[in-house]
Amino acid sequence: MSKLDSKIPDGHISQKWADYKNHLKLVAPNNRPKIDIIVVGTGLAGSSAAASLGEMGYNVKAFCFQDSPRRAHSIAAQGGINAAKNYQNDGDSVYRLFYDTIKGGDYRAREANVHRLAEVSGNIIDQCVAQGVPFAREYGGLLDNRSFGGTQVQRTFYAAGQTGQQLLLGAYSALSRQIGLGRVEMFNRHEMLEIVKVDGKARGIIARNLVTGELERHSAHAVIIASGGYGNVYFLSTNAMGSNVSAAWKIHKQGALFANPCFVQIHPTCIPVHGANQSKLTLMSESLRNSGRIWVPKKKEDAAAIREGNLKPKQIAEDDRDYFLERRYPAFGNLVPRDVASRAAKERCDAGFGIEANDTNEGVYLDFSSEIRSKGKQTAFAQGDQSPSDEKILELGKKWVEEKYGNLFKMYEKITAENPYETPMKIYPAVHYTMGGVWVDYNLQSTIPGCFVAGEANFSDHGANRLGASALMQGLADGYFVLPYTVSDYLADEIRTGKIPTNTADFDDAENRVRDTINKFLNNNGIKSVDHFHKRLGLIIWNKVGMSRSEKGLTAALEEIAQLKEEFYKDVFVPGSSDELNPELEKALRVADLIDLGHLMALDALQRNESCGGHFREEYQDAEGETLRDDEKFNFVGAWEYQGHDITKEILHEEKLKYDFIKIAARNYK
Amino acid sequence: MASKFINISLKVWRQKNANAKGAIETYKLDNVSTDSSFLEMMDQLNEQLINERKEPVAFDHDCREGICGSCSMYINGRAHGPETGTTTCQLHMRSFNDGDTVYVEPWRAKAFPVIKDLVVDRSAFDRIQQAGGFVSVNTSGRTMDANATPIPKDDADKAFEAAACIGCGACVATCKNSSAMLFVGAKVSQYALLPQGKVEAKDRVLNMVRQMDEEGFGNCTNTGACEVECPKGISLENIARMNREFLKAALSAE
Repeated sequence: MSKLDSKIPDGHISQKWADYKNHLKLVAPNNRPKIDIIVVGTGLAGSSAAASLGEMGYNVKAFCFQDSPRRAHSIAAQGGINAAKNYQNDGDSVYRLFYDTIKGGDYRAREANVHRLAEVSGNIIDQCVAQGVPFAREYGGLLDNRSFGGTQVQRTFYAAGQTGQQLLLGAYSALSRQIGLGRVEMFNRHEMLEIVKVDGKARGIIARNLVTGELERHSAHAVIIASGGYGNVYFLSTNAMGSNVSAAWKIHKQGALFANPCFVQIHPTCIPVHGANQSKLTLMSESLRNSGRIWVPKKKEDAAAIREGNLKPKQIAEDDRDYFLERRYPAFGNLVPRDVASRAAKERCDAGFGIEANDTNEGVYLDFSSEIRSKGKQTAFAQGDQSPSDEKILELGKKWVEEKYGNLFKMYEKITAENPYETPMKIYPAVHYTMGGVWVDYNLQSTIPGCFVAGEANFSDHGANRLGASALMQGLADGYFVLPYTVSDYLADEIRTGKIPTNTADFDDAENRVRDTINKFLNNNGIKSVDHFHKRLGLIIWNKVGMSRSEKGLTAALEEIAQLKEEFYKDVFVPGSSDELNPELEKALRVADLIDLGHLMALDALQRNESCGGHFREEYQDAEGETLRDDEKFNFVGAWEYQGHDITKEILHEEKLKYDFIKIAARNYK
Repeated sequence: MASKFINISLKVWRQKNANAKGAIETYKLDNVSTDSSFLEMMDQLNEQLINERKEPVAFDHDCREGICGSCSMYINGRAHGPETGTTTCQLHMRSFNDGDTVYVEPWRAKAFPVIKDLVVDRSAFDRIQQAGGFVSVNTSGRTMDANATPIPKDDADKAFEAAACIGCGACVATCKNSSAMLFVGAKVSQYALLPQGKVEAKDRVLNMVRQMDEEGFGNCTNTGACEVECPKGISLENIARMNREFLKAALSAE
């Protein structure tokens, strides 16, 4: 019997969640105030969970390392949130959203979880509108939608290019209301550094007050980890600087299995790297692919001339442009899923057609000129001008584009000092999202009883590739509509437990572990900064566990990471002391966990002898360079069990994936 | 675009903690790429300080794409530096010249006490939000259908523009009275413009303004500096709307 019991309920896919929910145990309102819940992280999943559980009457303690819960990185999501509302009457349904998500994930996600996600997607939009989230609307006053990659319907709700911000501020307002009512106690500038288990169950955390440096003990009857993804293992990513894997990694070290770490999303449209001091990469929303066409020159000499500054993109004639996504994938064109678009861009740049004048020549064009012309003409006609001048068309077209994507265009111009209304954007793939994460069952509970994991931190819904506008959907689904039920079911057996004391050996041990690690770093007397090691780690992972992987590269990566780990502990220098605000210490603690996680990613990528979604193994591709899955051998979730300091000793457990309602097929976007 | 490299001199506010006395320290920093963001320049300074075994400068930052609202530097006497409509993280070194001296200070306001160096405590904003910046609707997923109440596009757009506030506090830092009226006005406006927010409009504005006063923010004297320095271009109209809402609420209070 596998160690992994996914607890997927029986029944027809469309009835599973409804039936299951009806039979979950409840905690009566009079008992809820006797129960404490800890929520780590205040992004979409954490804020919505904390707010909902607070509303129900539990005592909730919420933690974030930022100075305010509103700053969690969900805030930066741009494009939108999917929901099967079918407001556009284009044939959308819960089933289609479910199907697109499973297919988009390259058949490596659980059917039951994904169907539940699709079922509650409509509720999310209702809930957010009721909270006052200002989604984009049409002139008739109803909600507007747009398309995202990997779908052939318009089901994405949005608020300009700031959808994540508006949704997070909605969840933050619900959370703020509960804080104001005293139902949630908020701990800003606090970082969870250890989980405390009592008799095998999650019973609390050790958190560091980042301002005073004090280590605090917090107990609870259940702990929810909603700490986001681990994209910062690459150093350069679209993640916030503070995004980290530590909360997830701490529970992994205490017995929570970590699933599919090699499933990482490289987003096709980010601003290319500018130089050695670059600290992060900036995304340009996928929604831009609704209006922009991706191309590189057909001739290598044109690409070279552009890089040298001797040619401008506008000077390349239409016939000399290679719209490579439209060429390779006529059915979906520029709106193929992210993994497919990213690989295609890499393929062109590797072949010498890249247009960016940086060290690697890595960059392709995202061009809005066709859309500006066509929308300009449309608008002119709508205004009654049947023969608009060229200038009029351009003016109206630019205005149309500005209304849809204004903030993104502004952001692009600030970063690159180029005007994307006049010249195409230069873009290149960058690390954006991590599908892998802590293994959870249908209840979103990890293999530590009482420890639940939500949002990007878990592995559950996106398989090997996440579709655009689905991360926001999953974060809020988990927090608003799944955890309140499943956590209550778990807590129904805790009403007689009473307050968990913190003056026990279990808390002593956990606190001592944290204190020892901190002291070790501060007394290390090394010679190199934390960033020095983080950047080196990032390069190893990007080159060998990035968009393209091979047995040879991964084997080398394993050695290089082990070597880096040794050097890190020997040579890292952490200034300052433990009893003050000390950002270098915070970074050192996070990078230590990222190194181990990076190691596990390489291990996971090496065992998965197939290509699927974001995981592309060079050995497994067809004649056209498309991914080759191996459903015989690898149709499973790979969940790793920690075995101590040496990551290569981790044990792999397999959760076989069953497709009862969808016919598994090759993923085709042609 | 070819990168240029410049050498600059930095005058940075250093303060060990909330109780310590702070002072300006001078640092020379060479070979700063003009393509670097201001925060990448600060990273470079910190790397230099660490290599000299000195303590790096503490500053708040996170998303580095102008949306989280963490970064908060007063640069050459202006919140978020010389460009308008820009957060510190989106300010690039191409806005500076070789040989420049650049002053970097924290937000200065009674309600935003310094924690360390350039890091200030902005939790007062959270408490204002907790006093009324929400619609009192519980999570149920069984609210009415999202399209049941059409909202005129113009109102929805204006609500969105107000809701675009990132809560960075530049408005407070730049105001000679350290007033938070633009921040509070934006939140009050977002809800006042939407049908969902109307039910609690009266209590909301009264409670949020009361909390704002308790936190020690100053009054608005219509200088308009906040609007100029706001990285998201939040309009002064939001303050006017809040004043109208407040008056309406105060006059109709029992």
